[in-house]
Amino acid sequence: MVSKVKKSEYKVIGTRPIRHDGYDKVTGRAQYGADIKLPGMIYGAVLRSPHAHAKIKNIDTSKAENMNGVFAVMTAKDLPRLTDKQRGNSEESGSEKHLSENVMALDKVLYKGHVVAAVSANDVNTAREAIKKIIVDYEVLKPVINVDQAMDKDAPILHEDFIGDHLGKKVKNTNIATYNRYKIGNVDDAFKKCDLVVEKEVELQTVHQGYIEPHSGTAIWDEDDRVKVWTSTQGSFTNRDSVSKVLSLDVSRVKVTPMEIGGGFGGKIPVYLEPIAAVLSKKSRRPVQLVMSRTDVFDASGPAPGGKVIVKIGVDKNGKMLAGYADIRLEAGGYPEAFIEAAAKCVFSCYNIPSMDIEAYDVLVNKPSSAPYRAPGSPQVAFATETVVDEICKKLDMDLIDFRLLNVAEKGTRTALGPKYRKIGLKEVLEAAKKSDHWNSKLEKKSGNGKVRGRGIASGYWFNIGEKSAVNLSLNMDGTVILTEGSTDIGGSRASIAMQAAEVLGINAESVRPSVVDTDSIGHTDVTGGSRTTYATGYAAYKAAHMLIDEITSKAAKIWDISEDDIKYKDGIISSRTDSELNMTLREFADQNPFGPVVSSASVDLEEAAGGFGTHIVDLEIDPETGKTDVIRYTVLQDVGKAIHPSYVEGQLQGGATQGIGWALNEEYFMSDDGKMLNSSYLDYRMPIALDLPMIETVLIEVPSEDHPFGVRGVGETPICPPVPAISNAVNDAIGTRILSTPIKASKILNTLKSM
Amino acid sequence: MHPFNYYDPRTVEEAVEVLKKFGDRAKCLAGGTDVLVQTRGERYELDAIVDVKKIPELTSVDWTNDHLIIGAATPCYVLYEDPKVCEAFPGIIDSASLIGGIQIQSRASLGGNLCNASPSADGICSLIVHEAECVIAGPNGIREIPVEEMCVGPGKNAMDEGEFLVSIKLPLKNSFFSSSYERFIPRNEMDIAVAAVASSVSLENGKISSCRIALAAVGPTPIFAEEASKMLIGKEPTEENIKNASNKAKEIASPISDMRGTVEHRKDLIEVLTRRTLSKAVERVSV
Repeated sequence: MVSKVKKSEYKVIGTRPIRHDGYDKVTGRAQYGADIKLPGMIYGAVLRSPHAHAKIKNIDTSKAENMNGVFAVMTAKDLPRLTDKQRGNSEESGSEKHLSENVMALDKVLYKGHVVAAVSANDVNTAREAIKKIIVDYEVLKPVINVDQAMDKDAPILHEDFIGDHLGKKVKNTNIATYNRYKIGNVDDAFKKCDLVVEKEVELQTVHQGYIEPHSGTAIWDEDDRVKVWTSTQGSFTNRDSVSKVLSLDVSRVKVTPMEIGGGFGGKIPVYLEPIAAVLSKKSRRPVQLVMSRTDVFDASGPAPGGKVIVKIGVDKNGKMLAGYADIRLEAGGYPEAFIEAAAKCVFSCYNIPSMDIEAYDVLVNKPSSAPYRAPGSPQVAFATETVVDEICKKLDMDLIDFRLLNVAEKGTRTALGPKYRKIGLKEVLEAAKKSDHWNSKLEKKSGNGKVRGRGIASGYWFNIGEKSAVNLSLNMDGTVILTEGSTDIGGSRASIAMQAAEVLGINAESVRPSVVDTDSIGHTDVTGGSRTTYATGYAAYKAAHMLIDEITSKAAKIWDISEDDIKYKDGIISSRTDSELNMTLREFADQNPFGPVVSSASVDLEEAAGGFGTHIVDLEIDPETGKTDVIRYTVLQDVGKAIHPSYVEGQLQGGATQGIGWALNEEYFMSDDGKMLNSSYLDYRMPIALDLPMIETVLIEVPSEDHPFGVRGVGETPICPPVPAISNAVNDAIGTRILSTPIKASKILNTLKSM
Repeated sequence: MHPFNYYDPRTVEEAVEVLKKFGDRAKCLAGGTDVLVQTRGERYELDAIVDVKKIPELTSVDWTNDHLIIGAATPCYVLYEDPKVCEAFPGIIDSASLIGGIQIQSRASLGGNLCNASPSADGICSLIVHEAECVIAGPNGIREIPVEEMCVGPGKNAMDEGEFLVSIKLPLKNSFFSSSYERFIPRNEMDIAVAAVASSVSLENGKISSCRIALAAVGPTPIFAEEASKMLIGKEPTEENIKNASNKAKEIASPISDMRGTVEHRKDLIEVLTRRTLSKAVERVSV
């Protein structure tokens, strides 16, 4: 691993301590969503629609209700009816009605796997047998499964009662939930001034995050109308908010305990089974647990939108970009929200383009309602933009990095949606790429064994978010510190947050013990998503640590009966500035302190977050006889602001690249014409395995964020943006033709080669 | 999931008795890597699962004067960890060492792979090119059939109710014989064949005296490509001759298009893989 992290002024930050949750996780003691077992708990199962698009005419549950061992049966009639009122929290939005109907369909199913009823019984098998006895009378409708079908003027309409927003106008009977346009400058005039204009259209299939742990929901609805939920979630407060909305309860009546989380990548933000478990619990008067199968996860959780993107960029004869146009059409699935605003923010984000025109369509299709997946919207548009950039360089015979540097976005560059960038590090990333060993190594175009090779490069961006976080600290009598927080830990954030508190307190990372607690035990904390956790919750930990030092200072002053101004706190030692006799360690202070518990509590609500840019270089090898592609070298270069725990930053970069490689080469929802995903298992949904990947090299570039005391930028999402275009560009370099639809699988490559 | 009874007979006779009693409501359990997944996936409903691993013949590997007899429930790893088996049956070892992953190979057996009768099975083509015989026990005693007659449709084998596979008999070959198996998968491991080919050849005085080519995932069952095999007999293993046989194999393949591959891609792959496995088998003889 090549990681060029500068020697720093920090003692804890930038080191690589063992994560606090490491022992529990490697020994298998950690408790994940489905591991919770409650006294008297019973089990639930759901009935899912076999159709992608159908009206529900009647549901007969009587046979299931009368089965031995069945406690309760529910349908959407057991849920309160909600309105079109919009709700929004970080990384999730939409109407309350849609939130509820995605949990359980009321009068229409909009994708295969849509839940229509649920059962609780004394064991899982009985619940599953009971489900089979529920009779649903469907009127099957024609499904629309891609943006072209959905936008066709004669297309079947998913939501007859839904009103779309097309440039601010209200439109009925449409599958286009939202149509937005973002303009900067006069694009038509700017294109006329260009010496070269390149336009490309790319197509992407739906892909899934592929987290290893399926969704689950365990709940008890008690006699006091209080609902307790245990689940695997990226945001316990967001989960609480969604559960309370679906059940029409005050948030204070719902308590969510986040279990350990076996991956999420954005997909563990929505709720699916939790409200069902709660209603079944109310009807059964028992705690109820439901768990999805892998096929359920594919069919009915929230994948990333497929769609089509057109990008057109114009340059002058020197290669300076003058104008950019984009047409972005992304599949929302059964309910609105395909992240088109994010896509519009990202499409030209790496470049300084004076005039831009971006049209974006949020399109309803009969597929599961999409959820965030690592930089939602950005990989799709990066595919188009970075293909065009690659093509312009070919046409102008310009160096791929020099061209990018000529047009690079930097501090002050105006972004497509208006605001100008604060300090960003794409230029530094590109300069590092230019100097990298990978870029300077020679790639033999032909291997000895008849295979052909190619190299590709692409950049990508995610804006990152800030938002709300809270942290509590409490000093133990042995001088260690308990840290409680509300950010569920997916990628090592317990460590990265604890390390920021430890840095301020001048103690070891191991001396700060972090715990992720339930929603009754900490202030509101937004989701672990948007690459915000180490940034925002870490910021709260930084503030709380300073407040703890204030507490220590004030109590130490009382112990020594001196002024607080005379107290110095450094590296875990408390001393007097004036009297060298007066000093004690934090442990001695904690042990002796007679003035009550030493605690602090801090919160943040950060409007700004610093954007993250990365550039990836890939070498691949293609067998021209079979079309098989092997990635033989891969380097990720990224501005990470400040790497708190470099191993976990590198892990994020490698993980994002890996998911992007899967997206590029093999992953897709392979759909039947009637809207069913045919490959809903890990055997046939081909994510990369270890043998498919070389060691992914990482280069951490640290351009500190201006918005964070240690310079932290979000790092988790950016690395999934460049892989698809980097690989597509490398395929073009190898075989001389572009394949502009994902997945770039063997059969497509072979077909392309045969037609050449 | 429907509840079922578990039986673990200690003799072939006991097993036949239980299987006869439950008919098509019973299935044998060897490594369980197919039957447990299919039962949980509710592909069928069973009343009995008959664990055959406690019958000694089912897990033994015995050499006779002219055969290697592999118990039907012998896990793959037992084969590839045995140097004598590796030397004599290279194509079989190619298959045994790439079924599933290491964990699967420690449970899964070639016998189970054969009975499961998947068109894309990794083990069956190699058994075909090694001229394996199936030893089947049933209410009427023991019978033997050539392995290429065992699969009769996707997931369907030639055994009647009450019958089960006891062992696989592989004829011993001389040192002029060798074999090879290769599959195409989009990933590098833990995958299912889009198309696969096993080939075996005997070389005498520079000419091919015997040849068998078998194809997987390109028809409702693994296919013994007899016509393609015959084309090479009496010929030298030249590039051209191998290419002609490979084109014949491509003609014989009759795949469907599905999520794993298209007709065109699969047929193209059969040509490539036949060429590669024939060349490999020839190379293995020469070494």
